[in-house]
Amino acid sequence: MRCYVCFEEILPEVTWSTFLLPQKVKKICYGCERQFEHIVPACPKCGRPDSTGLCFDCERWGMEQEDPLEQNVALYQYNDFAKDWVARWKYRGDYELLQSLECQLRSLFQKTEWDTYALVPVPLSGGRLVERGFNQSEAIIQSLGQKSTNLLRRTGTEKQSKKQRRARVASSNPFSMIDPIYTPVVLVDDIYTTGTTIRHAASLLKQSGCPQVFSLTLFR
Amino acid sequence: MNPHAGKLYLHHELSPDERTSPTFTKIPSIEKLRFGYRCNRCGKQKTYRFGNMPHSTCGQNCRYCRHCIQMGRVMECEPLYSGSSYVEWPRYEDVLQWDGQLTVAQQRGADAIVHAMTKGEAELLVWAVCGAGKTEMLFPGLAFSLESGKRVCLATPRADVVRELVPRLRVAFPDVVIQGLYGDSPDKGTDASFIVATTHQLLRYASAFDVMIIDEMDAFPFHHEESLQFAAKRAAKPGATRIYLTATPRKKEKWRVRLKKLPVIFIPKRFHGHPLPVPKLQLNPTLPYHMKRKQLPASIVNAIVEQQQTARQLLVFLPSVQMTEWVAEVLESHSLHAEQVHAGDPERIEKVTSFREKKASLLLTTTILERGVTFPSVDVFVIDAGHQVFDEAALVQIAGRAGRSPDDPDGDVSFYHAGKTNAMLDAHDSIVKMNKLGKGR
Repeated sequence: MRCYVCFEEILPEVTWSTFLLPQKVKKICYGCERQFEHIVPACPKCGRPDSTGLCFDCERWGMEQEDPLEQNVALYQYNDFAKDWVARWKYRGDYELLQSLECQLRSLFQKTEWDTYALVPVPLSGGRLVERGFNQSEAIIQSLGQKSTNLLRRTGTEKQSKKQRRARVASSNPFSMIDPIYTPVVLVDDIYTTGTTIRHAASLLKQSGCPQVFSLTLFR
Repeated sequence: MNPHAGKLYLHHELSPDERTSPTFTKIPSIEKLRFGYRCNRCGKQKTYRFGNMPHSTCGQNCRYCRHCIQMGRVMECEPLYSGSSYVEWPRYEDVLQWDGQLTVAQQRGADAIVHAMTKGEAELLVWAVCGAGKTEMLFPGLAFSLESGKRVCLATPRADVVRELVPRLRVAFPDVVIQGLYGDSPDKGTDASFIVATTHQLLRYASAFDVMIIDEMDAFPFHHEESLQFAAKRAAKPGATRIYLTATPRKKEKWRVRLKKLPVIFIPKRFHGHPLPVPKLQLNPTLPYHMKRKQLPASIVNAIVEQQQTARQLLVFLPSVQMTEWVAEVLESHSLHAEQVHAGDPERIEKVTSFREKKASLLLTTTILERGVTFPSVDVFVIDAGHQVFDEAALVQIAGRAGRSPDDPDGDVSFYHAGKTNAMLDAHDSIVKMNKLGKGR
């Protein structure tokens, strides 16, 4: 087995637990995995690192109206290594790179106990889908081994990653509904930065009658 | 002039009109071989370098190359487009405006290069010691090729070398359009008849050049990266002249020379005629003990302090970036100020120029400065020379940094080690052998 990030051979370490217990097959080498940072302790709502209670941004979201999002769960911090990883996966289009995080992503998903909820990918605009060749949220759902439920359509084409927080929060809702849903929903995306994209989608889902909206992202 | 001549494009890099135009030929992007596949841009055949993805444009599960994805994704369902290279290149007249004089040894090399270029399809290895003046040796050959309307590429594995060569070549060939291409180079045009590029840039060319010169062919990453060798081969036209320049050929080339498969011109003498400084191997059995504790043995520190009393500057080569940091701290405690450079250093170019202008007297470096840089008067120390990054070629090149100027043709080269390695012995022997051969000529 080779590491999906650096292509080096993965040398399995032998300990009593690896010897006695059935093994999870990791597709990332120890050196690459170590460069991702876990999020502890985190804001209980959005998963922001270095925050013991509810973080400042989440308080702000809840100030004016009721926050549409129940909880966000993220796998790793969005550090420099993660930025390179995302650039290669999403912008260069290295689809199989996601397999390097598959094992970790599955165990995170199991912990959340959201497996009975509908998994909704954040849609891409048509032009961007042709450019990239795949939808990154659907790719994440697929690597979880679940079925994705397409409920949203994107009408705007602006990229969030080129904007500052104020411009992001003030931007208009780029999504519209295809079908309404009346059961809890998990929105899936790659990065949670300010939470604007997720909350745009969540508020739309709530308006059409969805009781609870959670979200799952790779990085926070 | 055709801007697409000899260039290789991906599907999405061209407009629909251009894709159907007759200047482009379609090449299958990922080819099925009898066993496995090959990416026709980077030449990779290893199975683990390929990935599959559900491609939303064509609706199928498509294969793509994960190796060269940094330069855009090569998909199996989309062909590569190769621009026609049948273009008339300008025939310059009286192109060489260089008023220097070649030495007898350099003239021999220059004549061999011109001879190879007149023959058309030919290979030539120019095996010249560090500081023999390889760039100057190329001038008559380059002038001949540009005057006869050939397209020339001078490729090298290192961006630093491109940065250093382009201004020198622009002075020597003032009328010629010369484009220097590397990772984020300011030159965006890629259609000149004389291109100086890093070997990575050659992945974007196919049958483009009549003359392909590869400088420092044994340097990292060219010598162990098959895809770059594949790209260098494909970027040259089928009947092209290929010239390789190096001071330290690898086993493969030496072997081909021995079998008489590769013509060679051998220049064992520096341009100023003085012999190469022979490295001294200094045994220091406590070196690993001290290094583990982030200290240096007193003998090495004393040697550095003593060296700093002399007029020469000092280059200290260290095996890793972390080591440059703590060695700088150790020397600071002996009140010696040391500049440090490594590959990821954003100020590396400024630091090297300030060292060349003698603003600093002590520079700690990793192997990035092992080749392609000239300082007039330096001594060279290698600490922990037994480390695996210092192979024979690296050590010969490092020793070749000393005594490059005719005003100060000598220099002290010391390898501090805790036990001789084959690389050290081979490097020492090959320098001694070169000096012996150079004496006779």
